[in-house]
Amino acid sequence: MVHDVVVSALLIGGALMSLAAGIGLVRFPDLLSRMHAATKPQVLGLLLLLLALAVDNRSWILVPVLVLCWVFQLLTSPVSAHMVGRAGYRTRHLRRDLLTLDELDDVVARAADGDHGGPGRTDAPDGGAGGDRT
Amino acid sequence: MTVVAYVMGGILSVAAALALYRAVRGPSILDRVLALDVVLAIIGAALVLNMVVNRHLDNLILLVTISLIGFIGSVTVARFVTDRK
Repeated sequence: MVHDVVVSALLIGGALMSLAAGIGLVRFPDLLSRMHAATKPQVLGLLLLLLALAVDNRSWILVPVLVLCWVFQLLTSPVSAHMVGRAGYRTRHLRRDLLTLDELDDVVARAADGDHGGPGRTDAPDGGAGGDRT
Repeated sequence: MTVVAYVMGGILSVAAALALYRAVRGPSILDRVLALDVVLAIIGAALVLNMVVNRHLDNLILLVTISLIGFIGSVTVARFVTDRK
């Protein structure tokens, strides 16, 4: 009985994470805030659902598989979020008026200054390449 | 448990509908990739619900595969997004 209640609560919690992501995707104004909403079911929702599965099965043999599944998601979702966020920043899919602080803007400006500073310089090891890589 | 399954199915359906709305409407391709990632997460949630209700463990490999596909897809699309205006 207690088992069923715990499993039900975990399942409903995980489903509500998905619902929160859907509402956030529709309601939020730009790409970066939508990314903030979209990571909820990928990490926390998956954690709650896998916990529900573990509690429901009542066997320790299942736990390493579930930990592997969750850790894999935990390793891959920041990488893809970083790639999407970087592409969004580069192609200007963000609303500047909603930002309170843009630290990357200073870095980009400094890298651009470094590029314009010495077109004939040959002894700059990373000044030119840094602007291309960021 | 049956009531929980129906409630969770309803919640997941609404969430998938909202995410698909954003995937259709999304102003840029990055919004669409993000929305389809959420759809993949919702599909994973539905697979877990199926495993809990029917008491089997066949879908675990599908969960890992889904997260792999979401990773590869979003990284690939984000890699080839260019400033086309």
